[in-house]
Amino acid sequence: MSGQICSRAVLLLVALIPACKGNPPPARAATSPSSSPRSVPTSGAKPIMAPAGKEWTMPSGDYAMTRFSSLDQITPANAAQLKVASTFSTGVLHGHEGNPLVVNNTMYVVTPWPNILYAIDLTKPGGAVKWVYQPNPSDRAVGIACCDIVNRGATYANGRIFFNTLDAHTVAVDANSGKEIWKVQVGNMDIGETVTMAPLVVHNKVIIGNSGAELGVRGWIKALDAGNGKEVWRAYSTGPDRDVLIGPNFKPFYPDHRGTDLGTKTWSGEQWKLGGGTVWGWVSYDPDLNLIYYGTANPGVWNPDMRPGDNKWSLTIFARDPDNGEARWAYQMTPHDAWDYDGVNENILTNIQMNGRERKVLVHPDRNGFVYTLDRETGEVITAGKFVFTNWADSINRKTGRPAENPAYRSKQGMVTRGICPSATGGKDEPPSAFSPVTGWFYIPNTNDCMDYQGLEANYIAGTPYVGASVRMYAGPGGQRGGLNAWDAAAGKAVWHIDENFPVWSGVLATAGGVVFYGTMDGWFKAVDARDGHELWKFKVGSGIVGNPMTYTGPDGKQYVAVYSGIGGWMGAVAFPDVSTDDPYTGLGVAGAIPDIKQASTMGGMLYVFSF
Amino acid sequence: MSFPSNLAAAIALAALVTGTLAGRDSHAGPRAPLALVVCADPNNLPFSNDKLEGFENKLADLVGRDLGLPVRYMWLPQRRGFVRNTLKAHRCDVIMGVPSSFELARPTEPYYRSTYVFVYRKDRHLDLQSFDDPRLHHLRIGVHVIGDDYANVPPVAALAQRHIIRNVVGYSIYGDYSQPDPPARLIDAVVRGDVDVAIAWGPLAGYFARRAAVPLDVVPVSPQVDVPFLPFVFDIAMAVRRGDDTLRVRLDSVLERHRAEIERLLANYGVPLLPLTAEH
Repeated sequence: MSGQICSRAVLLLVALIPACKGNPPPARAATSPSSSPRSVPTSGAKPIMAPAGKEWTMPSGDYAMTRFSSLDQITPANAAQLKVASTFSTGVLHGHEGNPLVVNNTMYVVTPWPNILYAIDLTKPGGAVKWVYQPNPSDRAVGIACCDIVNRGATYANGRIFFNTLDAHTVAVDANSGKEIWKVQVGNMDIGETVTMAPLVVHNKVIIGNSGAELGVRGWIKALDAGNGKEVWRAYSTGPDRDVLIGPNFKPFYPDHRGTDLGTKTWSGEQWKLGGGTVWGWVSYDPDLNLIYYGTANPGVWNPDMRPGDNKWSLTIFARDPDNGEARWAYQMTPHDAWDYDGVNENILTNIQMNGRERKVLVHPDRNGFVYTLDRETGEVITAGKFVFTNWADSINRKTGRPAENPAYRSKQGMVTRGICPSATGGKDEPPSAFSPVTGWFYIPNTNDCMDYQGLEANYIAGTPYVGASVRMYAGPGGQRGGLNAWDAAAGKAVWHIDENFPVWSGVLATAGGVVFYGTMDGWFKAVDARDGHELWKFKVGSGIVGNPMTYTGPDGKQYVAVYSGIGGWMGAVAFPDVSTDDPYTGLGVAGAIPDIKQASTMGGMLYVFSF
Repeated sequence: MSFPSNLAAAIALAALVTGTLAGRDSHAGPRAPLALVVCADPNNLPFSNDKLEGFENKLADLVGRDLGLPVRYMWLPQRRGFVRNTLKAHRCDVIMGVPSSFELARPTEPYYRSTYVFVYRKDRHLDLQSFDDPRLHHLRIGVHVIGDDYANVPPVAALAQRHIIRNVVGYSIYGDYSQPDPPARLIDAVVRGDVDVAIAWGPLAGYFARRAAVPLDVVPVSPQVDVPFLPFVFDIAMAVRRGDDTLRVRLDSVLERHRAEIERLLANYGVPLLPLTAEH
């Protein structure tokens, strides 16, 4: 770091850094208002269970999906000394979403298709491959998956590693030997189903969901018996109540979520049969309430005019009993979607003190630009604030639960609607946020893009010429295309934010040491101070980061931080050499938002591990 | 920069002998045998299938014969990413049928024009011809739906503009790929009486109507272009990689030479044909 930057930083933030010696200067802590560095905000959220520690056994560290670790060796004072400890090439290019697991001094890495599972022995110098499990998924899956050939990782339970393959199978592998225990087909590629999400094991059941809403499939979530892979229950996202597993115990908070068979009545005719609402995001679990939480994707048949009605239960958060799948409540964020605002993002479970009363909440930063703080017992909206520039709706009505839409930005058939914010990629997509009980804040990676919904571009599929609309995306107000927000869920507003040139398409890790980690599409892995966002350390990895950082304690007792480098996914695929940026409509419009990513990142597939 | 024409020809020839017409970029030296590699869907009649029964298969043979090249195939279902994973990945040279306004590759001159059509059982005597026929508000109408973001077939848009929605039934264009020719389920639905009328792309409707168990009427939709600008009639061309002008020019001349033969081929498959515009 040059002294010039250092002195500028001192000028800008003289109060925060008394001297400018060893530590790199702060990043733009753009709106760090009155946050006194050391005090925990009184409205801050509190954890509901023990976080991840020495091991990282499930996708987001714990059932509450906090992505918080109790490890504290790495602190703002020493993070600048982080160095590469080891690297590992997965042998696969394409988007490396998700994160590795660490159990019993073994690291487990699942690659994008062909979904290879590596077990790496951490007791060996530099880590040595212990075994490799290859599920050999069909190569037909590659042509069916909508948005690159990603996999969002594995989960561990009772000596077994569970993960999904792109060709819609779920596998259980012995964590010691690498032997396949069972492998079952869970979806049908012939109708466009793939599976990309990371499963969660609850009560000896493997919870999984499908992908493919772009192909008119009907979304579902299933529980498989962890012992043998047999299906225990299945709940669809559309259709009659018996298919959605809505029964007498279903008690949604808002009146327009009540009624019989809304999964068919809020659709035109039988369009619900192709109704989307897939379940490709994250699942969290509250053991006290014994409820799992997850969100559903966009409604199928894109033209909104063809499916008048709210299109339930697309873009909906469900609370379900993990034992029998029955729905307890549901809350639809975006009725009658016209923007592709999938509701699959993470639901982080915490408790918040509000008006003298502790509320059990779920915090959900949605594609539609709002962070929802819901009562996770009832589905009531407690707060909903914008975390990126958002104009399709002004606010969320807490009485009705419905957005106050701005009609000028509802896309319509045959019209050009310009300047819709956020774009279809959303204020954020699947990369999960973190929650730190040290500050009480949530750390939300974001995308600042807007879009023109532009009618009448010639397209082509299956021998059928058709005219659809298409999407062109570009940077939102400010020009930065992404960043990281620290969010106060009780107040429903940001505490500080960091701007990034490219959308932040990596997950976030927060640690008890007071450090927050994230990566950028142009390949910078960064550590920032959880209190004010100032940059502590960064390292340039080989390819852009769309994976999620995690941390663990090695056999030597040291804290390690690991992250995948390998650009891809929906937006990241623009970096691939075979994806042209000549046409801004490429990749459903994302090429227009980040045509310069090709200069900033090439393809890759590496695991990086950092420590002192 | 311009090459002397004989040098350009020599370069083109070099590209030919180094493998597929796609070439393997700039590597010199002998390669796989000369061939025209076609990217096509293995299960999508009347266009193509891996038994080579589609009219695009026959057309590929015709082109191969004219160019003196054997035809080979790179098979992939035609879905999102088709062009990216085939033509743009240099795994083939040509796609046999795209709209002439296609932007993801470089189309040739169009070789036929067809239209969306109404399809209904003859014994229903519907005589439907126009999107403005008031009966469309009550009949059960089948259409293909895609589900890709922001994309739908033009008939869906035309019906939605007329607020004809609740009596419209969507059939996935992707369908169940384990069945033969999945988009044909829409025509099956007319035969079975699941819908009163289907609105489908002409080549598909014309072909399966001829093979249906009951007689079907296949009637071009009217208007040809709906307001504000929603065409139902499309010029169809072949497509090569952008920049592959050597092949494109050769294909254009093949299409020109065999215009009458191609027209007969399409007519044999029941493709409803409209005259191509005479601007070329």
